[in-house]
Amino acid sequence: MHSNRYTIIFTMLITTILAFVLSSVYSSLEEQTERNFQADIKKNILSSLGFTPDKDSPWTTENVEKIFKNSIISIVIDKNGDIVPEMFPEDIDPKIHKNVYPLYKKMINGKVDGFAIPISGKGLWGTMYGYFAIEPDGATAKGITFYKHVETPGLGAEVDKPWFQQNYQGKKFIDENGALIGIQTVKGKVDESSDEAYHQVDGISGATITSRGLNKFLLKDLQIYNPYLVRIRKNYNS
Amino acid sequence: MALLSKTSKAAVSDPLMSNNPISLQVLGICSALAVTTKLDIAFVMTLAVIAVLCVSNTVISLLRNMIPSKVRIIVQLSVIASMVILTDLILQAYMYDISKQLTVFVSLIITNCIIMGRAEAFAMQNGPWKSFLDGLGNGLGYGIILIAVAFFRELLGSGTIYGYKVIPEMLYAAGYENMGLMVLSPGAFIILGLIVWVQRILGNVEEE
Repeated sequence: MHSNRYTIIFTMLITTILAFVLSSVYSSLEEQTERNFQADIKKNILSSLGFTPDKDSPWTTENVEKIFKNSIISIVIDKNGDIVPEMFPEDIDPKIHKNVYPLYKKMINGKVDGFAIPISGKGLWGTMYGYFAIEPDGATAKGITFYKHVETPGLGAEVDKPWFQQNYQGKKFIDENGALIGIQTVKGKVDESSDEAYHQVDGISGATITSRGLNKFLLKDLQIYNPYLVRIRKNYNS
Repeated sequence: MALLSKTSKAAVSDPLMSNNPISLQVLGICSALAVTTKLDIAFVMTLAVIAVLCVSNTVISLLRNMIPSKVRIIVQLSVIASMVILTDLILQAYMYDISKQLTVFVSLIITNCIIMGRAEAFAMQNGPWKSFLDGLGNGLGYGIILIAVAFFRELLGSGTIYGYKVIPEMLYAAGYENMGLMVLSPGAFIILGLIVWVQRILGNVEEE
């Protein structure tokens, strides 16, 4: 039988050693993890906007940074839809800056080819983060991606899959009167003959709460950007 | 075999079939249900569990004569938890995409009863080499079941194996549909139940 003193010293020692090992591994890997994380966000913005990696230029961290620099213009808008001058998404500090929102424009030969906005909200197990891309008309979905979520693999985590994300392409989140209605997932497959099919996408079976959450926060985030998008639509139609 | 004595060999091979941690001891069921919808996820999960089991068993075995018996469970748990966090950090740094798919289940290895069970039942009584082999054996035993369940769930639920389509389009055209049930947890329960049943028939398991 070990004495109390031995027990206390032993536990303290083992805790210290383990804590030391963990923190040193953490700090040595932190930079790599952070870079993966940042590149993953950029990858998401790019893929929501329709970029795809190919064999010649796989999406290594360096390549992603290069494509992003060449084809994306990052701006910040306020709640009225006005561009905040001299400000970039990376300057936004949620503690200081209220009601300013990042927006990414995809440029092809000097013309805007799409907009990407961040979306986030509650899924089943926690907050989901991703990007939603909009066509230059300001009313049609161009793509959707997620870079961070804790949904169940095989169920809610299907939001990462191409079949689900391609679902959104070409769907409208504006009705014929110009009102914002969002895009809704339905149970099973979309009935293409229905009048509502233009703002509906196939749902994920077994992930009702994830899908409902997604419908809700997508609409909420589109509302934030709507003042800006209203102007885009007006310019586009005239 | 010179490398492995008879008892060492038994430490590796027993958990594979005759004393499998999942199908006979019914431990670690939670993750067997959760991460078996796709083979690739089940495979990485298996590797992570094997790594944690081997290392934690070895470390605990090395410390076995020093660990005060009053606090042994807490000490075991802190070693295990540290190994799991370590695995998670390494996955995040070098296999970012897969670690994203595994989400919380890597951290949940901490609560996997197999690991605690082996530490308490084996590593506390045996030397480091044997404990390492025991960890390897149990990890593989866990992995076999995980991969078997994932194989059937992915095949029946998504029509793919390791991400490759195996059910021909012709069958879908003829009215075949993927079984939605297999993607959900009850599908795992059913398959696991069938595996336990088949194993008990084949293995002549003694009923208590």
